[in-house]
Amino acid sequence: MPAPVPLPAPLGAPLATPKPGEGVSAPADAVPPKIRVHSLDFFYGAKQALHSVTLDIPAKRATAFIGPSGCGKSTLLRCFNRMNDLVDGVRHTGRILVGGQDIHVPNLDVIELRKRVGMVFQKSNPFPKSIYENVAYGLRIAGVTHKAALDNVVEKSLHRAALWDEAKDRLHESALGLSGGQQQRLCIARAIAVEPDVILMDEPCSALDPIATAKVEDLIHELKKEFTIVIVTHNMQQAARCSDRTAFFYLGKLVEYAETRTIFMNPANPQTEAYVSGRFG
Amino acid sequence: MPTPASTLTQPARATTRIVQLFRRGDHLLWISGGALALAVLLVAGLLLVVVRNALPAFWPFPVTAVDRADGAKLLGVVTATQSAYKGTPAQTQLRVGNRELTNADFIWVPTAQLTNFRTPADAVQIERQENGDFFGFLQRVEVKGLSVADGSAAWEKLLALQPGARALATQAKAIQLDGIGAINAKMQTAKLRLVSAQLRAGKNGAVDPALQATVDADLARLQAEYEKLRAESGALAAQAAETQAVFTTIGGEVKKIPLTAVVRAFRPNAMTTREKLAHYFSRAAEFVYGQPRESNTEGGVFPAIFGTVVMTILMSLVVTPFGVVAAFYLREYARQGLFVRLVRIAINNLAGVPSIVFGVFGLGFFVYFVGGGIDQIFFPEKTSLHLPTFGTGGILWASLTLALLTVPVVIVATEESIAAVPRGAREGSLALGASKFQTILNIVLPASVPGILTGVILAMARGAGEVAPLMITGVVKLAPDLPLDGSFPFVHLDRKFMHLGFHIFDMGFQPPNSEAAKPMVFTTTLLLITLVVLLNLFAIRLRDRLRRKYQASAF
Ligand SMILES: Nc1ncnc2c1ncn2[C@@H]1O[C@H](COP(=O)(O)OP(=O)(O)OP(=O)(O)O)[C@@H](O)[C@H]1O
Ligand SMILES: [Mg+2]
Repeated sequence: MPAPVPLPAPLGAPLATPKPGEGVSAPADAVPPKIRVHSLDFFYGAKQALHSVTLDIPAKRATAFIGPSGCGKSTLLRCFNRMNDLVDGVRHTGRILVGGQDIHVPNLDVIELRKRVGMVFQKSNPFPKSIYENVAYGLRIAGVTHKAALDNVVEKSLHRAALWDEAKDRLHESALGLSGGQQQRLCIARAIAVEPDVILMDEPCSALDPIATAKVEDLIHELKKEFTIVIVTHNMQQAARCSDRTAFFYLGKLVEYAETRTIFMNPANPQTEAYVSGRFG
Repeated sequence: MPTPASTLTQPARATTRIVQLFRRGDHLLWISGGALALAVLLVAGLLLVVVRNALPAFWPFPVTAVDRADGAKLLGVVTATQSAYKGTPAQTQLRVGNRELTNADFIWVPTAQLTNFRTPADAVQIERQENGDFFGFLQRVEVKGLSVADGSAAWEKLLALQPGARALATQAKAIQLDGIGAINAKMQTAKLRLVSAQLRAGKNGAVDPALQATVDADLARLQAEYEKLRAESGALAAQAAETQAVFTTIGGEVKKIPLTAVVRAFRPNAMTTREKLAHYFSRAAEFVYGQPRESNTEGGVFPAIFGTVVMTILMSLVVTPFGVVAAFYLREYARQGLFVRLVRIAINNLAGVPSIVFGVFGLGFFVYFVGGGIDQIFFPEKTSLHLPTFGTGGILWASLTLALLTVPVVIVATEESIAAVPRGAREGSLALGASKFQTILNIVLPASVPGILTGVILAMARGAGEVAPLMITGVVKLAPDLPLDGSFPFVHLDRKFMHLGFHIFDMGFQPPNSEAAKPMVFTTTLLLITLVVLLNLFAIRLRDRLRRKYQASAF
């Protein structure tokens, strides 16, 4: 684990990817960090869900969060786009930087942050609108009305989400008529349509059958060429298959964070080893 | 138990069945099922009573001639019979009509005194413009006092001349209503010009003599026009009245009835079933499309239907946005705490306040305060003549009062449907960078539309049937004009209006001849029920279409 370093705090500065080797210790493969978390404590009311979590998430890589139920994976993930703001009575200490920008500065534009950091939920949640309108939603609320531009983005996003062939003939039918796996890919298409930097996925395959899961996993391999991906999963094989780095959490603490290969083949911590080998959790 | 040999069988005892019933919890099933059955029975019974009394209202029942023990002969329709009870002998009720001759439309006679029932084929029943029905025998038809047909030809002649006479009368009436009404309105405007000039000039100031002169000239011209129209209408009416039918009653009295006063003449005893059906539907159509006559106990109820519909729609237009916005604020924006809880309790309790209390509030606040204020500011000249415009009951104030009465229903339904919108859809929208307002507008609102409409449906059902608050905020027994018509500005929110609920109350309890109004009470009730059901069906269809559109699928 990299030692904690003093972090820059560019208050109010625009979101920008830090240049490689910008005076901070880069991860082992020398990819610049996209998200940096520094001694984050998180509380739901009096209950502490995260204990002093510090980690760097590399850009254009897939990072997996694993750990037993209730250990705080979703909580950390939802910190990255400040979805936890919607819960009453939460508070935190510590800092989170996305693309070098502290996301808790008072004048931060949360809407802009959420456009940069997209999210795919555990239970697919297409809007009760047509497939086309689902994908175009992010652009429409951002004020894009130009038909050709929307058409273009919708087609491109569905292609990238590997849904175009199945959906091209029914673009204007309700998205609720799609199968579960198609709905989840639609949610991915909807997230990438607004061209985010980061895509957060919270157990995206937990409700899908193996074939649909394989499709989404293939998709993650494609997507990480362009996006930074953070995926929460309970499926060890999935973490092993599609992530570059893996973080293991236990009871709100980050126990171990390393290259995925290391976590699964040669973990440093006996708890990690017990968990990935299926002996507890 | 089917197999007594089974080890699961209870030991056979006298109480076994009852004990088992309770042990299995079946008694709850029976109690709840029974309660439901009772509720269904009550609704069915209510409909049955209304329909049973309403449907025969327009049927031409046979006209019976009968001799009474004292030697008098009676002609009329048997409307009810009563068997002997304790000291009172059995009695028969007859509708004998001819109110101006006999002073009573309906009479009760001890059945034992009646003999020699017969149904003369030439007995004529006349539905008249005034004084209720007439029963008698046609002698001849006269024009300007000269007989043009008598004997058996008279009936044909009467049928042939009646439509023309009615048309003339209607024309005369139209001149009176429209032409003279318009002149009256113009005279009013001219006078008001003078009054407003006077107001501007102050108490002691003199009005510009030029203005005074023009207004005087206008008034004189209008007065002349008025005289001319009145003469015209009078001439038409007189011409129409020249054609008269001469009848004799069964007692031998001669009665002349101008054909203009004859709404319908028919001979029930000589009618075929097909003619009776035609008569029935013609009267039913008049009831729905026609104007009321005889202090609302005859004719149609069209203005009341129209008023009810317009009032209900106006109320829905006000209550829907108001209730929805309030519910969204309560659920989405207000900080949930003691205060919001108190507000919610207050809203729920509002639904239990007696409706007349809302009426009183509407009168004090809308009519006197808001309406009076509007009058002071916008219509000072009319106000100075004590002619209120908005400062008196009207359809706008009645609708607003009912909107207030029904807003809790809409708020509660909307809040519930907002709460039922899945969290996933909301978070999905927010995670894409939508603001809270955009999420509400694009995701939450469409998904809660079916629930909102449920609330509006309930509100409409409650509002359309409400009478008490309307009686003091704008409903009248007889409104001269509809709230929507062809004269500028087409929607007259200040006008008083008629309402089916009030119409029922008015007919059942006010008229001089309440016996005759009885069937009309039931037909109007049936109509009110039908109207509420139709309005609801419309809203339910709308809701179902929207619900199908937003239906969530399980995957
Ligand atoms: N809205 C909330 N209010 C209070 N406590 C919460 C809330 N959400 C989560 N928690 C608590 O925070 C802790 C971490 O929850 P979190 O959802 O992050 O777990 P997780 O690792 O995602 O679990 P799972 O694998 O089951 O999804 C849990 O103990 C949970 O009970
Ligand atoms: Mg979780």
